[in-house]
Amino acid sequence: MSWGFLRDLLSGVNKYSTGIGRIWIAIVFIFRLLVYVVAAENVWKYEHDEFECNTKQPGCENVCFDHFFPVSQIRLWALQLILVSTPSLLVVFHVAYRENREKRHNQKLYRSAGQIDGGLLCTYLISLILKTGFEIVFLVLFYKLYNGFKVPRLVKCDMSPCPNAVDCYISKPTEKMIFLYFLVATSGVCIVLNVSELSYLIFKYSIKCYTKTFSKKQQ
Amino acid sequence: MDWGALQTILGGVNKHSTSIGKIWLTVLFIFRIMILVVAAERVWGDEQDDFICNTLQPGCKNVCYDHFFPISHIRLWALQLIFVSTPALLVAMHVAYRRHEKKRQFRKGDQKCEYKDIEEIRAQRFRIEGSLWWTYTSSIFFRLVFEAVFMYAFYFMYDGFRMPRLMKCSAWPCPNTVDCFVSRPTEKTVFTIFMIAVSSICIMLNVAELCYLLVKFFLKRSRKVGNPKHHPNHETKEETKQNEMNELISDSCQNTVTGFSS
Repeated sequence: MSWGFLRDLLSGVNKYSTGIGRIWIAIVFIFRLLVYVVAAENVWKYEHDEFECNTKQPGCENVCFDHFFPVSQIRLWALQLILVSTPSLLVVFHVAYRENREKRHNQKLYRSAGQIDGGLLCTYLISLILKTGFEIVFLVLFYKLYNGFKVPRLVKCDMSPCPNAVDCYISKPTEKMIFLYFLVATSGVCIVLNVSELSYLIFKYSIKCYTKTFSKKQQ
Repeated sequence: MDWGALQTILGGVNKHSTSIGKIWLTVLFIFRIMILVVAAERVWGDEQDDFICNTLQPGCKNVCYDHFFPISHIRLWALQLIFVSTPALLVAMHVAYRRHEKKRQFRKGDQKCEYKDIEEIRAQRFRIEGSLWWTYTSSIFFRLVFEAVFMYAFYFMYDGFRMPRLMKCSAWPCPNTVDCFVSRPTEKTVFTIFMIAVSSICIMLNVAELCYLLVKFFLKRSRKVGNPKHHPNHETKEETKQNEMNELISDSCQNTVTGFSS
């Protein structure tokens, strides 16, 4: 069980996505998942070992690290990737439900089980809203937990059992900051793609609905 | 999810590339990604642990390391490889879009559609002409831009491509100017020079491919203007033969580049 599972999941969703949806999947794969696995994970690998405080007091380093990093940035990144990818499962489930229904009734109930219309459109729109929601929630969480996206070189810590306000040094702060900004940028691009896909679908189907009712009226 | 996944994605683009494009792809996989994964990552693996400063002052080592290596070589290379590989996806997307349109035509029962079944559409290789030519050329252009930007970033950040043995650091909280020693400087210099050399080869291949496409485009145009009656069947047969040869060459290369993982 690893990131390969998420990759297979997203490949399955690809079939039922619009063009913008496929671009979103490509960006998530390459600029978020791949960058996370091959680069970002290694930057945070020894963050606790390399976190150093100017004190010999046992326990002070542990307590300070825990105070400044309640949840490590890399873990938040991983959670964000997982939560942002899973709403697409709703679409896969709905398509599977449609195919099952056709099998049970032994007749063609839909024009095409994977075509985005009717109930599947609602599911697709809900998944887009959830994806965007999760992205925004995580960005806000990042911002609130770490006071912005900057990683300082030095943090001052006076938690017990540290004897006084002790200087603690974070390892590789510049590299971490670069990757965090990269995360924010790719998140932003994904939010923009989701919002444009949402607008595109709503616009397309309202025009379709309008022309249908207009042609009905004419008849 | 690792470099193997990128290899799978890019492998599909291979069919629709020119011969130079296929050579570029092989160089990318064997001399850059594979070297990064099996060798370079080990050399830089222990970089901060073995970065030693001549001081007992806590925090001095962290701060000096951060000052001299704002972003590690290995991460910069990984990002360079990812960015340089992605323009090829534009071509893959364009081909997928064309296939989708042809399938739609076929399903509608269009008389103009020359394919006998869906499988033929799926297996067909598109020639690089028309809008696909523009997509392909822009992807090469973006590749060149990304390569150049990353090479410059490297040069700018590390003042050249040499890794010194000793760095003098006086950032706070170091009490004075402290000597800091980098681990494996010679090995790192060798790999840096190697990666820069292969980058330059890739840049040259991209420039050659760009020139080849432009020359071919202008020649075709002048031929069309000069001789309005051309023989499409004859051209298609010759080009198909060349494409088959190219595919044989690339397939034999691909067989040697079998799934590697990080």
